[in-house]
Amino acid sequence: MINFYNVTKLYPNGVKALNDVSLSICKGEFVFLVGPSGAGKSTLIKIIFREELPTRGQVLFGGKNVARLRPREVPYLRRKIGMVFQDFRLLSQKTVAENVAFAMEVISASGKDIKKRVPEVLEQVGLKDKLNVLPKELSGGEQQRVCIARALVNSPAVLIADEPTGNLDPDTAWGLMELLEEINKAGTTVIMSTHAREIVDVMKKRVVAISQGKISRDEECGVYCDEL
Amino acid sequence: MQSIARNSWISLASIGTVSVSLIIVGVFTLVFLNANQFTQGLESGLEIRAILKNEQSRTDLNRINYSIESISGVSFVEFISKNQALEEMKESLENRKEILEGLQSENPLPDAFKVKAETPEQIVPIAKEIEAIEGVEQVIYGQSFVEKLVAATRWIRYAGAGLLGILCLAAVFLISTTIKMSVFARRKEIEIMVLLGATKWFVRFPYLLEGMILGFLGSLLSGLVVGAGYLSLVNHLDQALPFVSLITDKLVVLKVLGGIVGVGLLIGAIGSTMSIRKFLKT
Ligand SMILES: Nc1ncnc2c1ncn2[C@@H]1O[C@H](COP(=O)(O)OP(=O)(O)OP(=O)(O)O)[C@@H](O)[C@H]1O
Ligand SMILES: [Mg+2]
Repeated sequence: MINFYNVTKLYPNGVKALNDVSLSICKGEFVFLVGPSGAGKSTLIKIIFREELPTRGQVLFGGKNVARLRPREVPYLRRKIGMVFQDFRLLSQKTVAENVAFAMEVISASGKDIKKRVPEVLEQVGLKDKLNVLPKELSGGEQQRVCIARALVNSPAVLIADEPTGNLDPDTAWGLMELLEEINKAGTTVIMSTHAREIVDVMKKRVVAISQGKISRDEECGVYCDEL
Repeated sequence: MQSIARNSWISLASIGTVSVSLIIVGVFTLVFLNANQFTQGLESGLEIRAILKNEQSRTDLNRINYSIESISGVSFVEFISKNQALEEMKESLENRKEILEGLQSENPLPDAFKVKAETPEQIVPIAKEIEAIEGVEQVIYGQSFVEKLVAATRWIRYAGAGLLGILCLAAVFLISTTIKMSVFARRKEIEIMVLLGATKWFVRFPYLLEGMILGFLGSLLSGLVVGAGYLSLVNHLDQALPFVSLITDKLVVLKVLGGIVGVGLLIGAIGSTMSIRKFLKT
C-alpha cells in the first residue's frame, strides 16, 4: 500500500536526509522505524504524508504517486492517514476535546458524530477526565496521548506515529502499545518510529532500521539492534 | 465573525474605506447618469442648419435632401422654407412683433434644412459633408460648444473610470490587509487544519465570509448615505430649481444602490482571496 522507489531527499540546506531508499509496506502491517537521531525517520514519514516532497525517486500511496497529486487531492491523501506528530501540533487555545474534535470538524463530520466519537477515543487513550483541560495544563505524556486520540478519531486506514512513546513512562507506553496493537488487529496499518528498544524487542514486529538516510536492515519479527 | 470583533479597529477602518470609496463611486455614478441625461437632452436639441443658396428648384431641393439623408449619422432632416422660418421667428418674438413689421412684404430669410445627428461626436463631420453639397451656402452649428461638450463628456468618462478603479483597489487592499491580520493570528491553526486534511475551500471559507461581510457592511453604509443624500437632494432641488430635472426614476436609483452593494461584496471576496493565498501553498 506504501511503496518507496529509490527515494532521495535533499533539504534546501544541503542535508541529504534520505539516500536512495526503497521500501514497501503492505496493508495491515505493523512496522517499527528505528535508527539514531537524525537518521531520517521523520523525513520518511513526512514524505508519505506529503509534508515534504522527495527530491528523486517515487512514492506511491495506494498506487497513487504522492508527489504528483494535484493540490486538491492532497487533503484526501491526508484523511487516509492518522498522524501523530513528533512535535504534537496541538492548538494551545483549544481544550483537549476541542483539539480532537477539530480533526473531525475540518473534514466536515456532523456535530452528532463528533459528540459521540470524541469522548470515545479520549477514553481509549485514558484521558476521559481531561476533556476540558487546555494542552498547557497537561504533562508531556498526556499531550502525546491527545495527539494519538486526534490521529485515531477519524479511523484512518494508516496510523503513523513519530516517536509516540518518547514522553511516556513505561506503564503508559505499554498501555499505548496495547492500543496500537488492538488498532492494528482491527485492520489499520501502523507505522511507528521509535527509540524504545525494549518495546521493539518484545513486540516482535517488522523492523526497518535507518542510518544516515539509508535502510540498513529490514526484518520481520526484528529487534531494535543486533550489534548490542 | 469573532475575528471581526477581535480586530475591531482595523475592521472598522476597512469598513470605513469601503464605504467612503463606494460613496464616491455612488455619487459619481449618479452625477454621471444625470450628466448623461442632461447631455442627451442637449444633444437632441443640437442641430445643424444648412442654409441654401437663393431660389433653388424643386429637383435641387430633393437632391440636397437626399444627399443629406444619406450621410451616415444623420438622424433627422427637415426642410424649413423661408416662410416657415419667418413664422418661427414671429412666434419666438411674440412680445415684440413691431420688429418684424417691415418684413411682411419682403422676407429676407433663406430656405434651409434642419439636420440632427445621432450623437454629438458626429456633428462636426456631418457639417463638413453638408458644406460640400452643391447648393448649400453655409452650415451653422454651435461649433465650439459642441466640441467642448464632446471633449468634456469624454474627459469625465475617463477620469471617472480611473478614479473608480483607484478607489476600488484601495478598498481591496485594505480589506486584504484586515484579513491578512486575522489569517496571520491563526496561521498555526490553518497549518494544522491543512495537515489534518482540510480542503482549501474549507480553510478559505470563513475568511471569504469575513471579507464579504466587511465589504457588505461598508457598501450598505455607503448605499444608505448615497441613497438618502440623493433623495433629499432631489426634493430640495425640486423646490429650489424646478427646471433642473434630476433622474427620479426609483428603479434607476435602486439599481445604482444594488450595484454598490454588489461591488462591495466583490471587493470583500477579492481582498480575502488575495490575503489567504500564500498561506495555502502546499
Ligand atoms: N526542514 C528541514 N530542513 C533541513 N534539514 C532538515 C529538516 N528536517 C530535518 N532535517 C535534517 O535531516 C536529517 C534527518 O532528520 P529527521 O528529522 O528525519 O531525523 P529523525 O530520524 O527523525 O531524528 P529523530 O530521531 O531525532 O527524530 C537531520 O540531519 C536533520 O538535521
Ligand atoms: Mg524524528
